[in-house]
Amino acid sequence: MIKKAWKSIVIILVLAFLYLPILVLAVYSFTDATNIGAIRGFSLHNYVTLFTTPELVRMILGTALLALVSALLATILGTLGSIGAFYSGKGMASAINTMNQVPVVNADVVTGFSICILLVVVFGVSKDTFLPLIIGHVTLCAPFVFLSVVPKLKQMDSSIYEAALDLGATPLTALIKIVIPQIFPGIVSGFALAVTLSLDDYFVATYTKPATFDTISTYVVNATKGAQTTIKTALWALSTVIFLLVVLFTVFMNIRAGKQSGERQGV
Amino acid sequence: MEHMTNIIELRHITKTYEDGFSAVSDLNLEVKKGEFITFLGPSGCGKTTTLRMIAGFDLPTEGEILLNGKPITELPPNKRPINTVFQRYALFPHMNIYENIAFGLRQKKTPENVIAKKVKKVLELVDLEGFERRSIDTLSGGQQQRVAIARAVVNEPQILLLDEPLGALDLKMRKEMQLELKEMHRELGITFIYVTHDQEEALTMSDKIVVMAEGKMQQIGSPEDIYNEPANAFVADFIGDSNIFNGIMTGKLKARFCGGEFVCVDDVEEGTHITAVVRPEDVILTAPEKGRIRGIVTSVIFKGIHYEITVESGKNEIVAQSVNSAAVGERVGVQVEPDNIHIMIAEDHTNIFAAEINKNNELEYNGTVLNVPLTRIIRGSREEDGTLLDASGSEIDLKKIRIKISIKPQDIELTDEQEEGLVQGCISNLIYKGDHYSYVIHTDLEQDFVVDDEYLWNMDDQVGLLMPVEKMVFTVRK
Repeated sequence: MIKKAWKSIVIILVLAFLYLPILVLAVYSFTDATNIGAIRGFSLHNYVTLFTTPELVRMILGTALLALVSALLATILGTLGSIGAFYSGKGMASAINTMNQVPVVNADVVTGFSICILLVVVFGVSKDTFLPLIIGHVTLCAPFVFLSVVPKLKQMDSSIYEAALDLGATPLTALIKIVIPQIFPGIVSGFALAVTLSLDDYFVATYTKPATFDTISTYVVNATKGAQTTIKTALWALSTVIFLLVVLFTVFMNIRAGKQSGERQGV
Repeated sequence: MEHMTNIIELRHITKTYEDGFSAVSDLNLEVKKGEFITFLGPSGCGKTTTLRMIAGFDLPTEGEILLNGKPITELPPNKRPINTVFQRYALFPHMNIYENIAFGLRQKKTPENVIAKKVKKVLELVDLEGFERRSIDTLSGGQQQRVAIARAVVNEPQILLLDEPLGALDLKMRKEMQLELKEMHRELGITFIYVTHDQEEALTMSDKIVVMAEGKMQQIGSPEDIYNEPANAFVADFIGDSNIFNGIMTGKLKARFCGGEFVCVDDVEEGTHITAVVRPEDVILTAPEKGRIRGIVTSVIFKGIHYEITVESGKNEIVAQSVNSAAVGERVGVQVEPDNIHIMIAEDHTNIFAAEINKNNELEYNGTVLNVPLTRIIRGSREEDGTLLDASGSEIDLKKIRIKISIKPQDIELTDEQEEGLVQGCISNLIYKGDHYSYVIHTDLEQDFVVDDEYLWNMDDQVGLLMPVEKMVFTVRK
């Protein structure tokens, strides 16, 4: 009995550590409190501020757009890279794999700082062009896309590409119609990973973003330093919305995965 | 005379990989239109590489490939009127059967109603009517194989390449598919180029067989030619079971091998080194005094329609097939009709002889332990607690394994110190070859060894034969 009780206590504690902070934020986002502490009453004004303050709306949309664009580019590069490595000779493939490992392990500060030095200082690219920021995020994400596509390639029968050529398809048709459909799940999860990585990033963005542009991360860090309470409490609302979206996304993905494996068993 | 035209020609085809390994060297081949031709050989002999070069997946490092007389050496695979049936089918898993088969036609922008008609027809050909909407993973191996064939055939290629297409099927299925493929070849009338390591499959199906080993063509001919008149010891050994002996011509239509003199029908000049091949079904076991040579029965295995009887004469081993059984330990005579001895002039005089495995799992010849572990000879094996295990971890029955040693004449040295040699014998023949002498040594174990040596020895000299283990090549037979 005691053993069982311990087990539940540990689980409850772990879950509490994970979810309580977010829960507190979520609860406070629906009040008119300016600090975590006394709650005076229910209010939606944080949400109103969040979606009506032009500065905040611009920042949210900008971050989302940046995430989508850089994830898209990273997905294309990462996928092509992994296919290239897969169909290369042994030596070449292992060289590409190793080179891909380094940026994965490397600290984001180093990636961000070195891209800033190279593009802005050495090549004199203006940060206002967004080019350094996008290149930075693509650099950050592409290796992860590469890694999520590789296992799908390994599962695939490598001769289907040759079979497509044999049946008269051009290499491009064979790639698009035969290889890509086989590794598509890997590409999708790589894209999703790239989006979250870009949304999460703080270091690369601080070094490479235009001075007038903020991503959610850089904005939150600056805002929490400042004294603008309306903005600060609006960010509680933002955190709650992001959390909700993540929960919805995860649940959706799990249901889909469950359905697919069910279908396969049903056959 | 249309059926006599060459559809494909390989001229001096060589494929060397970056690491220097030569998969195919100087291969020349002509394939007639409508033929069923089979590349036969052990794994690594270059047969699949040759097929891949015809398909266009690999480019030859040297040489030329002609299709209907026009060079296609550098043409990419999608531009060749050639289709392939892959070893593991290589069907597209995300498409249903209809889409799989239609893929090739779609690349040619064939109208949809024509595609539908052709797919229906080809599915009838492979006995899969009504399977259009099924998905690939609901099919058995045999059915997937049929879809793979249909997918290739529907494009009406000039040549159909088949890369060990039946390798993944069970025995019964394989036999059925062999007949069906043969029937399909007759119906379609297109050229089939087939790759297999299964000699029985090759003999059953082909019009013409190309036997390959180590990237070279060993022999080309009809199944009957290959079986009855093997061009060299490799072909004889690879096609069917054979008794292969080194020997020498001792007179007109007389050859000595296996410790006895036999009358044969091949007129080869006296003194020529030869390889004699006798099929087990042609070995006649008689009473000891009636045989050309005598030996002791060492094993009798019942094979359903006949007994496989192994006779040991001196150190020579003769395998016979007989409808009558024999007792192990029985003394018998061995006789072969002159007709049934196939004499080949030995172009290389490689000495091949059997080794024994002693109770310590060591390799032995003539009572001397050879310093080479069995785990190195039997690929993928390992030793544990005194028993030999194969790659999957089950015990290898050493009684069922025969190990043959091959050694080249120039790798054997003659010595006066007879006891130092692995085996002893007397020189029974010598020929001067310009810069060295070629000797035949008749050993005390009734075997003939060919040895190249630059020093002159005399006829009937008693010598020891030094054979370094590192120059020996071991082959395992089960």
